Amino acid sequence: MHGITFDIAHLLAGGLVLVSFMLLYQDRLLALVNTYALHAILLSLSVSWQAHAQDAPHLYVTAAIALAFKAIAIPVALRRIIYRLGLNREIENVVGVGLTMLVGMALVALSLVVMLRVTSMVDPLAREDLAFALSVLLLGLLIMVTRRNAIGQVIGFMSLENGLILAATGARGMPLVVEISVAFSVLIAFIVIGIFLFRIRERFDTVDLEALDNVRGEQR
Amino acid sequence: MTGLHIDAVALVLLVPAVSAGVLALLPNYRISARLNVLASFVTLLAALSMLIHKPETGSYFLVDDLNIVFILLNCFVAFTTSVFSASYIAHELEIGRLTPAYLRFYHAMYQAMMFGMNMALVANNLGLMWVAIELATLTTVLMVGIYRTHEALEAAWKYFILGSVGIAFALFGTILVYVAAQPVVGEGLQGMVWTVLIQRVADFDPALLNVAFVFLLLGYGTKVGLAPLHAWLPDAHSEGPTPISAVLSGLLLNVALYAVLRFKMLLAANDSAIAPGPLMAIMGLTSLLFAGFMLYRRRDIKRLFAYSSIEHMGIIVFAFGMGGPLANFAGLLHMTMHSLTKSAIFFAVGHISQVKGTQRIAEIRGLTETHPLLGWGLVLGVVAIAGMPPLGIFLSEFLLVTSTFAREPMLALLLVLGLLVAFGALLLRVQGFAFGEPTGSRAPVEASYVPMFGHLALVCVAGIYLPPPLVAWFQHVALQLG
Repeated sequence: MHGITFDIAHLLAGGLVLVSFMLLYQDRLLALVNTYALHAILLSLSVSWQAHAQDAPHLYVTAAIALAFKAIAIPVALRRIIYRLGLNREIENVVGVGLTMLVGMALVALSLVVMLRVTSMVDPLAREDLAFALSVLLLGLLIMVTRRNAIGQVIGFMSLENGLILAATGARGMPLVVEISVAFSVLIAFIVIGIFLFRIRERFDTVDLEALDNVRGEQR
Repeated sequence: MTGLHIDAVALVLLVPAVSAGVLALLPNYRISARLNVLASFVTLLAALSMLIHKPETGSYFLVDDLNIVFILLNCFVAFTTSVFSASYIAHELEIGRLTPAYLRFYHAMYQAMMFGMNMALVANNLGLMWVAIELATLTTVLMVGIYRTHEALEAAWKYFILGSVGIAFALFGTILVYVAAQPVVGEGLQGMVWTVLIQRVADFDPALLNVAFVFLLLGYGTKVGLAPLHAWLPDAHSEGPTPISAVLSGLLLNVALYAVLRFKMLLAANDSAIAPGPLMAIMGLTSLLFAGFMLYRRRDIKRLFAYSSIEHMGIIVFAFGMGGPLANFAGLLHMTMHSLTKSAIFFAVGHISQVKGTQRIAEIRGLTETHPLLGWGLVLGVVAIAGMPPLGIFLSEFLLVTSTFAREPMLALLLVLGLLVAFGALLLRVQGFAFGEPTGSRAPVEASYVPMFGHLALVCVAGIYLPPPLVAWFQHVALQLG
């Protein structure tokens, strides 16, 4: 395999990690959605490049799904929800941006250390890919943890699933079943979320989950 | 014969799938409830036929001694729960908590969930199993939120978020297993087929398997409701409709446990990989102790039994973590007994909270006087779940404690401590709501007692007499589990 193939694959996967960091510090809902669209576009490029490098045409399908569904359809839908509910305002983070970024860096370091150590036997292309994928996954988790807002949590979850797709495409020859199912689960998940956003709105006049936190199951 | 073999697996999948579609279209809820029962019954018959003719293993589906236990238990409890659900749901409609449109949705989702759980159990493909568990989770998320109250929404959202994170970890672990398998087994579908993996796992890279197992245990462990990851469980159980609580406790936790067990077997077959047992034993023991102490301060009757589910899943995971023929046998028996008892308890609790109009423990008193059948049923259920002799759960707990004492006396002490703590809490509570000055409504209940007492009868019989074929079968599976 040529050096340039590696370099481009690393560039794209590393770019995904970088955009995950950008998601971490966005404090406006619309900006968050736009950054997520960028995340999905990068994922689509990365998957296409893997399809080219591994000579696996079925991965182009996965790339197309990522582009059409995650980079276009979901962001458009989320934007409409935001406008319709009049939510375009700053979102509260649980902890400060500085601390969040530091924790994020620690998580990336952790995933590199873990994955590079255990994958010494694996094909080098997949090896780096898995390390980056775990970083994206953990950063997605961090986004979910640090957001009070339902839409923020949903975007954290979706960026986390992008990391999973990166891992699945990096594993050479992984059956297509899994990739489609991941995309499919996002679709179902999104429907669920859509229903919930409206229901939460209907009940609480807000999408701020702090309102939900005040409701405890036992204190009725 | 081949035609018949394939049919059994196809039936346990097709019947729920087709009836989910039909139920989504049927407007009349009485017919829906009956069709739901009928579909569950046919599925149960198909599952029973697997005992006589074991279906052949393909690259997608597999039925072996291990998962037949799970499939049968799954289909049986699903059937009895559908019978209970029919009488429970009619009452919900009467008091206006649910509308007919929601009921249509509810019945369709019930069968969709059955489809997901059965598919997860018969899948021979790691990816397929993952998809099926995800499907089962999403359907239950929708059902937990069905009442659309503040609490139900919060519970469903929490369940959804934690469940998704768990399922993401599980997928990452599955991908790592595939990456480990790929150099040995080759690219493509073969790298995900469980029967192929288990034969050749000895040559896999152990370091990758170790990391994969950590992700898998965390991921599927979230669904099992193990201690640090249990936060969704009490909310989801207390806010959803009671039939769903019964199915969640009795079945969905088992399905996730089944996934953990499969991966445990995979790791155990590789000599250089870490032993998965101690990790599971620690998580199980933590869950048991944690839930045991949490039982004391519960004020909501459904949450009380949700914590009891965490406690029992802890015991079961601890048993499988200890490993060895006796502990595995105890684990299997305990899992079966817990599913039967816990769903029976939820059947009783469902009718009680309906007739009393509350789930607060403080407002439920003197049940044996106002509703003798329900009250004594609940007492029997709680006595069974607390592990009093001579009932089935006592037997499995006794086996587990003795086998642990023989090997790790210190761990056995902790185990006994956890069991006693939970025992005390449950007996304290049952005294409150079963005896004393009666409160609340004395109105008669229109309940179907058959599912509840059927389950309890099985649990009682199992405590005294286990049929030899069942023992032989469980022993065989226990050996297979290692």
